[in-house]
Amino acid sequence: MDPLFLARVQFAATTIFHFFFVPLSIGLVFMVAIMETMYVVKKNELYKKMAKFWGHLFLINFAVGVVTGIIQEFQFGMNWSDYSRFVGDVFGAPLAIEALLAFFMESTFIGLWIFGWDRLSKKVHLACIWLVSLGTTLSAIWILTANSFMQVPVGFAMKNGRAEMNDFLALITNGQLLVEFPHVFTGALCTAAFFVAGICGYNLLKKRHIAFYKKSMKLAIIIGLIGSIGVALTGHTQAQYLVKTQPMKMAAAEGIWKDTADPAPWSLFALIDTKKQENKFELNIPYALSFLSYSKFEGSLKGMETLQKEYTEKYDSIVGEGTNYIPPVKTTYWSFRLMVGFGAAMILLSIIGLILWKRDRLVASSTFLKFLVPAIAFPYLANTFGWLMTEIGRQPWSVFGLMTTADAVSPNVPAGMVLFSTIIYLVVFTILLGVMVYLIIREIKKGPEEVQGIDDKLSTDPFKVGA
Amino acid sequence: MELSELWFVLIAVVFIGFFFLEGFDFGVGMSTRFVAKNQTERSVMVNTIGPFWDANEVWLLTGGGAIFAAFPHWYATMFSGYYLPLFAALLCLIARGVSFEFRRKIKNERWTNIWDWVIFISSLLPPFLLGVLFTSMLKGMPIQKDMNMQPGFTDFINVYSLWGGVTVTILCFLHGLHFLTLKTDGEIRSRSASLAKKVALAALGALAIFVVLSWIMTDIFTVHLVPELALVVLIVLAYALAYYFVSKKREGLAFTMSGLGLAFTVSAIFVGLFPRVMISSINKAFDLTVYNASSGAYSLKIMTIVAVTILPFVLGYTVWSYYIFRKRVTDKEHLTY
Ligand code: HDD
Ligand code: HEM
Ligand code: HEM
Repeated sequence: MDPLFLARVQFAATTIFHFFFVPLSIGLVFMVAIMETMYVVKKNELYKKMAKFWGHLFLINFAVGVVTGIIQEFQFGMNWSDYSRFVGDVFGAPLAIEALLAFFMESTFIGLWIFGWDRLSKKVHLACIWLVSLGTTLSAIWILTANSFMQVPVGFAMKNGRAEMNDFLALITNGQLLVEFPHVFTGALCTAAFFVAGICGYNLLKKRHIAFYKKSMKLAIIIGLIGSIGVALTGHTQAQYLVKTQPMKMAAAEGIWKDTADPAPWSLFALIDTKKQENKFELNIPYALSFLSYSKFEGSLKGMETLQKEYTEKYDSIVGEGTNYIPPVKTTYWSFRLMVGFGAAMILLSIIGLILWKRDRLVASSTFLKFLVPAIAFPYLANTFGWLMTEIGRQPWSVFGLMTTADAVSPNVPAGMVLFSTIIYLVVFTILLGVMVYLIIREIKKGPEEVQGIDDKLSTDPFKVGA
Repeated sequence: MELSELWFVLIAVVFIGFFFLEGFDFGVGMSTRFVAKNQTERSVMVNTIGPFWDANEVWLLTGGGAIFAAFPHWYATMFSGYYLPLFAALLCLIARGVSFEFRRKIKNERWTNIWDWVIFISSLLPPFLLGVLFTSMLKGMPIQKDMNMQPGFTDFINVYSLWGGVTVTILCFLHGLHFLTLKTDGEIRSRSASLAKKVALAALGALAIFVVLSWIMTDIFTVHLVPELALVVLIVLAYALAYYFVSKKREGLAFTMSGLGLAFTVSAIFVGLFPRVMISSINKAFDLTVYNASSGAYSLKIMTIVAVTILPFVLGYTVWSYYIFRKRVTDKEHLTY
């Protein structure tokens, strides 16, 4: 098999897997920090219980998030060595800064938080969890700085046959970063909110620990509302930026072959034929794409045919003649639809939640509660489809306009090695995911009282190990 | 000094930090099978490194990131060339990272036992693999003109690199034992101390052989005779003193000495490399050096400013966290892991 293909599979599989845990870490630690703040301010023990219980779940997730991240750090050198040589000058900096600024902060203060409950004063302990939250957020900012450079390269000049940094400020104020980070962060808030809401829903259905889960649910509804509306608004700004910077990705995401009419309709559903380069059937919402792209009800978008011609003129001198600049259209198109769809569903659920809360019917409305359990999956799916759209829609580029993915791969690593490592990673990851889900379900079954109880029992009798 | 030379030094410093810190938590992981007699004792030992191991590991990530940013060619050549050993080390770090968190999430002896074995193996292998990696770098790897290498099995697995791996593992083991004498009490403390004495002698022996092998197999003593000899003297002195201090029950000093020993050993490796970062066994002209493998001057300048600004904070809160958890860990208290 082709080492390029395998390296792509490995990258896709391992980052998607890493990003399974990342948003929950970012969002949930933020929620736990809020809970502990409430405890310190209001001195209500219930909030402490909340911080501990949700904190436990956060830690299990965090551990897997950390170890899946480690391989990412080294993967660029292992599988994409030509890429690393070509952009290391620019791209390495944010990665190094992420480790120095964010990972140290995260890991040190998480240690202090876990082990510090009775060694630190309440306020210092609270500060620790906020610093962990800050650390995860900084980590996101810096890695997205790196990713934004791949989408919209800025702050560099071509020198000695590679990209060399010449403007750090431009790199960290990249327009792509300014729209990408808020979107990813609000997406993370959604992830944590719906995770908490789903677990609360399940327990409230079973009428367990009502006071505890009701309070948690209220926080989840607030965060869910902020997150899901935020993710839509920031997604909108991202789409607008995309039309300007990577029009081909946008055209693919919309399945637009020929330039659109003015005003442009938004396609809700289309049967795409990539061979004939046309859509057999379309279901459109008039005006909507113009609005998404330009915030007004007029303006047209270029289609992939026009763009292919434009790109050919502009880039063939860099990557060679006859390059196909059209990414996998169907994947890009459907990923976008699914992301937006799940986003809409989350907004709806958050609003219903708010209404039920105001009418004081949160516990009584069992249909709503039942809905919340499968809704845990919504933000996970939306996150994954979002990245698929962003990364696959960028193809054939690895760094837009500078380097193709095909040129990025390590020339000296045999396919067998990549295949072997990919298989092992997948096996290990499957085991990790299984164990993690099992442990989280166990913690949930134990419930908030038990999580506390076990701690207390342990402190008096550490010799009792049997379950 | 040129900025690229400064970055070579900074990267050496980061790896010294890594071996000084993660070195002892690898060592504690190894000790769980050599010192502990039962699960409760293992729990105590794991909890001595509980708050620290993750941050210690970040030193390795920072080292990787710094090589990427400051020497992209070094990063590309090394990581793609050492594919298999790195892959094995990464698997260990993955398994190790979750096992601390998972080991007592279920209060069941068998469950905990499985994860304790994972901790042991994944604490033993990474220092060995990193030792193999660094020593085979000293010996030289088949780097071609295009800066890439496709090493054969014997390029990274040979007498010299294997011995390097064994030596580094022993040094970490000793460092971990010293950490345990500092952070535990009673039985575990005294058992660690008496084992540490034996291991210190083993370390001295391993190092002696390693120096002889380096003399025969590498050019580090021809390139930098005086500094390397000075370092050898310092290393020997550090481990001799470590032995002495453990015998005298001066645990803090013994720990400092095994830490210094690791620091000097890492320094000896980096001094031996300089000004090369990767030595080509095919042709001297294909060596990667701090000059031909580095990033541009602008990039290095930015990175220097960033590093000099952030590093003091990192060191500050790291020291503070060790201060907060300065007490000895015993089974009388609540054990989190
Ligand atoms: C938007 C956020 C985000 C994205 C896109 C990525 N990560 Fe990540 N990463 C995090 C957000 C994050 C985090 C929130 O900081 C994590 C996740 C859970 C955790 O424990 O920390 C983390 C952990 C984590 C770690 C372990 C840190 C430690 O030991 O404490 C490494 C080395 C990486 N990541 C590296 C990467 C690389 C090289 C990526 C690019 C391919 C990447 N991450 C994508
Ligand atoms: C964590 C969320 C992310 C996910 C789920 C993700 C997903 C993907 C996917 C699916 C591919 C394969 C595309 C293809 O080959 O068709 C890919 C490629 C790639 N992505 Fe991402 N990505 C993520 C974040 C990042 C970040 C933050 C960076 C940079 C720091 C990055 C850099 C790359 C590189 C170097 C490749 C390989 C070259 C390529 O195929 O273009 N990715 N990613
Ligand atoms: C509701 C309407 C939404 C719109 C209009 C929207 C829009 C977009 C756009 C245009 C992109 C591609 C940006 C690029 O390639 O540069 C994107 C990416 C992404 N989306 Fe969404 N999105 C929405 C909802 C969501 C939801 C609900 C989530 C998850 C909870 C989500 C998570 C992501 C992620 C993780 C990415 C990849 C990272 C990035 O490029 O920002 N999105 N979104």
